[in-house]
Amino acid sequence: MSEKFDVIVVGAGPSGNAAAYTLAKAGLKVLQLERGEYPGSKNVQGAILYADALERIIPDFRDSAPLERHVIEQRMWVMDERSFVGGHYRSEDFNKEPYNRYTIIRARFDKWFSDQVQKAGALVICEMTVKALLRNEQGHVIGVEVEREDGKIYADAVILADGVNSLVATQGGLRQDIQASNVALAVKEMIFLPRETVEARFNLSGQAGVVIELMGSISEGMVGTGFLYTNKDSLAIGIGCMLSDMKAQRTTPTELLERMKAHPAIAPLIAGGETREYAAHLIPEGGYKALPQLYGDGWLMVGDSAGFVNAVHREGSNLAMTTGRLAAETLIELFQNGNEPSAANLARYKAKLDDSFVMKDLKKYRNITDTLDKQRQFIGDYPNLLNQAAHTFLTVDGQDKQSKEKEIMAAFRERRSLFGLLGDAYRLWRATR
Amino acid sequence: MIKVEEKLYQNRYRVDAGLPHIRIKNEDICNSRCPTQQCAVCCPAGCWSFEAGKIGLITDGCLECGTCRVVCDEFKNVDWNYPRGGYGILFKFG
Repeated sequence: MSEKFDVIVVGAGPSGNAAAYTLAKAGLKVLQLERGEYPGSKNVQGAILYADALERIIPDFRDSAPLERHVIEQRMWVMDERSFVGGHYRSEDFNKEPYNRYTIIRARFDKWFSDQVQKAGALVICEMTVKALLRNEQGHVIGVEVEREDGKIYADAVILADGVNSLVATQGGLRQDIQASNVALAVKEMIFLPRETVEARFNLSGQAGVVIELMGSISEGMVGTGFLYTNKDSLAIGIGCMLSDMKAQRTTPTELLERMKAHPAIAPLIAGGETREYAAHLIPEGGYKALPQLYGDGWLMVGDSAGFVNAVHREGSNLAMTTGRLAAETLIELFQNGNEPSAANLARYKAKLDDSFVMKDLKKYRNITDTLDKQRQFIGDYPNLLNQAAHTFLTVDGQDKQSKEKEIMAAFRERRSLFGLLGDAYRLWRATR
Repeated sequence: MIKVEEKLYQNRYRVDAGLPHIRIKNEDICNSRCPTQQCAVCCPAGCWSFEAGKIGLITDGCLECGTCRVVCDEFKNVDWNYPRGGYGILFKFG
């Protein structure tokens, strides 16, 4: 390709699409390269779409985007082997437009997003894997090399949105490869059921949906969570745990998911369903401390490539879209003022990130992974104690309530000691402030 | 318990016959020096096997997650690439 572009975007996931769309809308000459047969064919997510991040890019997205259900109820289940203690929040306020969150099916959604990118004027080429970054003598990134003969394509700037494994950035020396301790491995199934069955099982009607986040015994002592999301006529069920833990415990992820599916609280929800796809994906959960250099001469890094995931709140796609948009806006401002995309000028991208919820949230939870990693009682002991406590308290058997309370407190003290309990409260507070 | 092969059977793939996108750099390391063969345990698609003291890799069912490369952090013995454009897993839902 002898043409030169203003910007090349590598990858057509949420971050790449947000960047390419924003750039093309501003009239820049954009090339977006995607290795899959179609945008979305390589992409995996739970998936929840956070409307706000997309609204800031495509305000009327609801008119045409393929959305499954808007979320009116969030359940959080803390599990032990046979039970769960749960918190549910369901509100009619979430059942009013404009809806705040939706379940989506990524292969369909990404295709739609990519259509919008193309309508905005970007050139999108699929089935093209980027092999390397091109640099000039000063080391500035000046384009990419694709797996074709004479596959050199030039641009003033390159946005790396090539996902969690980001071979391009790693091999190009822009960041270290991901570490097992900074990444979760998630496995997921799409289970289909008649629409009426989904609605009856989850107390739903119309387009409303429920999401369930699961923690406790299902992660078998590893740092991780499970999920069960309702789509129109399917359920997305999955579990993700830190890869370093899976490695240490010699856990086979498929079997971990099967055991979770067999839990007595979960099995009836998915019973009779037909699994039509099985997927796996790494999630960069290293957070603030694991972020690489985010920009340099002629390049910016966005989305999963850079590790923009808020693991505590299960948010990623909104960080991806936001970082993609901010990277694009940085470039648009530079080009409009006739400035070079040098590292010094692209520092404005970092400033924009710092000013947004993205960095603020990542910073807030910068210690949580370390805390959970070192303080396993939050994963094993507490879910177990909570379930035991509920069981003791809710079993009517002639024992008086005060001695039941004493029994519960004694169980907590026995497992964690009084100082342990106070210390844990402090640790959790420290890790999330 | 359902076998991983049965799960993978539901997926769509375009296999790049004869061109596996993941290669073992040096099989001797897997067979004689690696004490854990973690790839064979953690691969969510069951692509890796370790039987009779010998490592095996068949990438046809690969979900392209990157796990095998990342868990092989002691020996860095996995030459991991994406399949050629258009090949490999084709998620219908993702």
